[in-house]
Order: sequence, then C-alpha cells, then structure tokens
Amino acid sequence: MHELAITRNIVAIVAERAEGRAVRRVRLEVGALSGVVPEAIRFCFDVVARGTVLEGAELEIIDVPGRGRCRACGEDVALEGLIGRCACGSSALDIIAGEELKIKDMELDMATNVETA
Amino acid sequence: MTLEAAILEKNDRLAAENRAWLAGREVLAVNLVSSPGAGKTALLERTIRDLGGELSIAVIEGDQSTTRDAERIRNAGARSVQINTGAGCHLEADMVRAALRELRPEPGTLVMIENVGNLVCPAMFDLGEGARVAILSVAEGEDKPIKYPHMFRSCDLMIVTKTDLLPHVDFDLDTCLAHARSVNPDIATLALSSRSGEGLEGWYDWLRAQCANLSAAAFA
Repeated sequence: MHELAITRNIVAIVAERAEGRAVRRVRLEVGALSGVVPEAIRFCFDVVARGTVLEGAELEIIDVPGRGRCRACGEDVALEGLIGRCACGSSALDIIAGEELKIKDMELDMATNVETA
Repeated sequence: MTLEAAILEKNDRLAAENRAWLAGREVLAVNLVSSPGAGKTALLERTIRDLGGELSIAVIEGDQSTTRDAERIRNAGARSVQINTGAGCHLEADMVRAALRELRPEPGTLVMIENVGNLVCPAMFDLGEGARVAILSVAEGEDKPIKYPHMFRSCDLMIVTKTDLLPHVDFDLDTCLAHARSVNPDIATLALSSRSGEGLEGWYDWLRAQCANLSAAAFA
C-alpha cells in the first residue's frame, strides 16, 4: 500500500506551497505505467487531508496514457502495461510516457490568507 | 496555482544525497528486493562467509519488525543495522540515510540493503543505491516478473535462487528469464543456490565488477 506514503507526500507538498491558505482543489497527473493506483490515492486522500489546509479539497486525477518507443524500428507503441510488443515483433521498448507522478496545480480559497488561517 | 511538483521529490532528493555521500566514500550500495522468503538473508549469509575475507561487507536490514535478520547477519560475520518500518511496506531514502550514519562504512565497503520483502512498493522508492537486485526463488513460480513488472523493470539484475529445488518444482528457468527480459530488456540475470553453492561464482564476479566500476569512476 505505497499509495498511503504517496498521498502523504502529496498533502505535505501542497500544504507547504499553500502557506496556510485553504486548498479547494488539487490536480494530479498519474501515468498509466507509474505503478500507482489512482483509486487507492483517492481512498487515502480524505483521511490524510483531515486536519490540514487540504481538508475537504476536491481531488482531480488526470490519467496519462502509456507510450513506448521500439528499439528495433523506432515506432511509437501505445502501452496499457509495462509489457508490450511493437507491430514489428520486438518487445524491447523504451517508455516515453506514462510514468508521470506529479502534482500539476492547486486552487486556493482566496477568502483565507496566511494571517487568518 | 501551478505546481508541476514531482510527488516523490523529497525521497528522490534524499536518495540523490545518499548516492553522492556513498560515491564520495567509494561505497557501493546494493538494494536487494524480493517477496518474503525468496532467500535474501540466506544469500547474504553465504556471501559474507565466502567473500568476507576479500571484501568489507556491511548490511542494512529492513523488516516490519524484529531484529532476527540483523542477528543472522552478525552471526555470519558482518556488521549490520536493523531498520524496523512498523506498518511501512518498504524502505525510504531517509531511513537508509539514518542507517548509513549509524553504520559509518569505511571506504571500499560493500553495503547490502535488504529491503522489506515485498514485490510492489519498494519499486517506487529510490534509496540512492548503486544497483538494484531482484531475488526470485524457483519455489515462487516463473511468472513473477510479469506479475510484478514495475519491480523487475526497476532492477539491474535478477537472481533466481534455490536452484537446488529445480528437480522438485514446476519452474522453467528459460521461461522466467524471457519474462524478465520482456519487462526489462536491459536486466542481467543469474541463477544460483545459496545452499549447494551452484552458480555463486557468477554472483561474486558481478559484485566484484560493480565494486571495480565504482573505484574506476572515483579515479576518473
């Protein structure tokens, strides 16, 4: 259940950047090949956010599809998992997209500020 | 407000610090990952007994609880530090940093980091190691690399252990190696038995080569 550790990191990073202001919404980019289950992050998020400036914030997760590039012929291949095969027959692929695991942006509640929070 | 922040930035930063600290001391750290019971500790005990006179070896032991493995390592003749992760299912870079401070490895030491037995979570957490090694026993089944592709993708070497049991189990070594290469075309592979000693020379040669690369890099 590494999603718990990952969600703690998300909340810590966002809380630090929010500098005491309440957070309304957080957007993540999670790649299909990142090894993280978006549903598990959602499951952990409300619990981890409780008692922080993220409490009650909406969590949006943008899925990033996986793509590989064939080492044999250079073609790009859509990847649903880490195991794929190019149309040319080769399975030696370098991953070029889908490993993203980042916080894209956040929306702050401008009614609060550092002094009143 | 745009953040564009890597979620694992803190762990990655601490891992980079560990890597620089280790390189500055010419210490090679190897992160050993496997499912529980694959034979990580048995392989370490045998390695310490066989190579202890040639290489200085120290071990960081990660387990949810108990100091049993650290005691086994000490009985085999190497220094060890135990990390207990409690509910945690993997080691993180800050835990390894604290363990390295306690261990204070001399220059030239080979530090083996025995991760928590788990083929899922440790894949995502860089510890600052010089190499990552997956250990898979023949008793577990040849399809582990494709069932846990993230882990095998992240490794430099896969070791198939307990080969002395091959006559007693349905495990096709060639199929297992092909599965590993299908998730990671660059992975190196070895097969051995810590009990019978079969194949151990290949593992020792791999370790010697990693140590030699590290000292060559230090003089480059």
